[in-house]
Amino acid sequence: MTGALWGLFFEGLWITIQLMVYSAALAAAVAFGIGLSRTSRFWIVRFLSGVYVEFFRGTSALVLMFWLFFALPLLGWQLVGIWAGTLALGLSYGAYGSEIVRGAVQAVAPAQREAAVALSFTPWQRLTKVILPQAVPEMMPPFNNLLIELLKGTALASLLSIGELTFQAKLARLSTGQSAQIYGIILVLYFLVAFVLTRIMRVLERRAKASIGRAVPRGEGWFSRKLPVEQQGPEALATGGKP
Amino acid sequence: MNNWSWSYVGEIMPDILRGLWITVQATFYGSLVSFALGLVWALALRAPSRWVTWPVSIFVEFVRNTPLLVQLFFLFFVLPGWGLTFAPLTTGVIGLGLHYSTYTSEVYRAGIDGVPPGQWEAATALSLPRRRIWIAVILPQAFRRVVPALGNYVIAMFKDTPLLAGITVADMLFQANSISATTFDYLEPITVVGVLFVVISYPTSLLLRALERRLVR
Amino acid sequence: MSADSNPPKDRTDEPSAPAKSAAGTELIRFDKVTKRFGGHTVLDSLDFTVSSGKHVTLIGPSGSGKTTILRLLMTLLTPDEGTIRVGGEYLTHEEKGGKLVPAGEKHTREIRKKIGMVFQQFNLFPNMKVLRNITEAPVHVLGMSKDAAEERARDLLELVGLTEHLDKYPTQLSGGQQQRVAIARALAMRPQVLLLDEVTSALDPELVAGVLDVLRDIAHTTDITMLCVTHEMNFARDISDDVLMFDAGRVIESGAPEKIFSEPEQERTREFLSAVL
Repeated sequence: MTGALWGLFFEGLWITIQLMVYSAALAAAVAFGIGLSRTSRFWIVRFLSGVYVEFFRGTSALVLMFWLFFALPLLGWQLVGIWAGTLALGLSYGAYGSEIVRGAVQAVAPAQREAAVALSFTPWQRLTKVILPQAVPEMMPPFNNLLIELLKGTALASLLSIGELTFQAKLARLSTGQSAQIYGIILVLYFLVAFVLTRIMRVLERRAKASIGRAVPRGEGWFSRKLPVEQQGPEALATGGKP
Repeated sequence: MNNWSWSYVGEIMPDILRGLWITVQATFYGSLVSFALGLVWALALRAPSRWVTWPVSIFVEFVRNTPLLVQLFFLFFVLPGWGLTFAPLTTGVIGLGLHYSTYTSEVYRAGIDGVPPGQWEAATALSLPRRRIWIAVILPQAFRRVVPALGNYVIAMFKDTPLLAGITVADMLFQANSISATTFDYLEPITVVGVLFVVISYPTSLLLRALERRLVR
Repeated sequence: MSADSNPPKDRTDEPSAPAKSAAGTELIRFDKVTKRFGGHTVLDSLDFTVSSGKHVTLIGPSGSGKTTILRLLMTLLTPDEGTIRVGGEYLTHEEKGGKLVPAGEKHTREIRKKIGMVFQQFNLFPNMKVLRNITEAPVHVLGMSKDAAEERARDLLELVGLTEHLDKYPTQLSGGQQQRVAIARALAMRPQVLLLDEVTSALDPELVAGVLDVLRDIAHTTDITMLCVTHEMNFARDISDDVLMFDAGRVIESGAPEKIFSEPEQERTREFLSAVL
């Protein structure tokens, strides 16, 4: 491994991180916008946001990325590669995120809303002062999972020839032919980023819970990312129209 | 700017459906691999020795937290160098199955953990042999929780099959791409593929929800 | 105070005179209120009034609709038929062009400010410390300054005997302490009416007395109107001006506590009291 190759990797890693941060920001905006819309009083808002979620969860993120990059220009909209990647990842992971937001908001005890009504809070105050402060800490572990999935998803952008980590690995393989070493190294790099992200999210979760007077048990396991097998998994989310 | 052409859609449909068949095969065999390997990981992680649980847990976490696409490249470019040469579809099935096995192992774990401890105690109090407890008491109860969750990962895997196009598997996306490469018209092929994914995965997920409601009572 | 005694009123009647703070004027009025859940009628064309400053206790078997009345007043439920007035103003209706139409959120919220409620399960906000639980609504709903709200909160915490706990989170308090904070939180809004919904039912027996003492104190030292659902008959006897006996969505008997508890007229009341006393 030469210094030049490492330079290539770190350049790629930097673009990977940028892509992840932009997509995560878009996904977070979509997640809260759509997730809260799904709890709206108006059926049409619930319906339209439901269509959004089912569509973007139903299709493949990679196909969406290709569509935005190759097909959209034919409709008159040319997107730079990294923005096609950001848009595809943000829109589809936002759809998953919206189910996390909806689940956490609906998991806040109904009595909390009632107490807020009894104190004459406006609907907006009820949401921002009572519901969200209790719901957000619950969202942290599933958001952590989603962020890791998003990080893994950024590799798809290499197929649009965006110069992120996986694409740089391809260039390196073409120039050196050392496939095993190169792919081994970038797998480790991805893993390290995921590990650091998980640690950061654990700290944020701990802070968020402490700020509402709850303690978080120390993470079990050395990686301590909990997979959404039951609570926030698609099956729990999927139960459609249930209030 | 160009306009949507239904006759073009008609022309490309046979190729895309050929790609769909590959996609379905990859999903099916990938699922089988992930169901089997996932069970192996889940049981290995319950082994009494750290010499088993630690390496397995590190391997599982590593595979779960790194991109499937890079893993596919690794298998595709590295295995032949070790004298293991497979057809691209086979490599894809191994990659998909391996990646998703790290998720299904969690499903099995949760399914087994989800059986109330009282069930173990009751079965032990009846002096049932250990093997009998697993077969007659624990696994049937775990099954109800496991099936819908596994089904969801099958859908997720289905939506990840386009990644196999990256290692030259002729799935739907690959077909759409190669059509477009000759006609320079990406709109219809990619739109059709995207819509096909929704058209297949949404009803499937509805079926799964119905199944889940029947199983989880 | 009367129950089932006033003749059913036509809904297009003039609303009664605006509330006065003087004791004795009508503060709450239910006119032919019906509430159903599914096919089950919980309240059946109920009429009753509560005068300002009175302490009224609702008793009766569970499922008789007592809690529903409180929840209707708090607008956590809306009546299927009939109207509710608080201080002469319609709670869930507005008059537009001489007609009664369902009220908007804003109107309802204005009227609702006159009412405070203490819940069976306390329902403190777990994301706020004790002091902020109490000051949040006065600051953000009534527009009080933070300092004024905190000063009032400290006074109220002294009243309920929890001054030293103002910097704790609700989960760090016992059930009885949480309920006393909830009482302070409701009072901080300076409501004209305080609704108490089985406020001791969720408490361990040894914590009940502390909460009831606080409420007795409030009942005897303030002119706040209280509407109370409870299973604590001694407490009801202590603080009530009137007791309403509910059964199957109707008031079957009402009167002063001495009368209801010692010489009830209805067989059903006697049965109920002998079962709970």
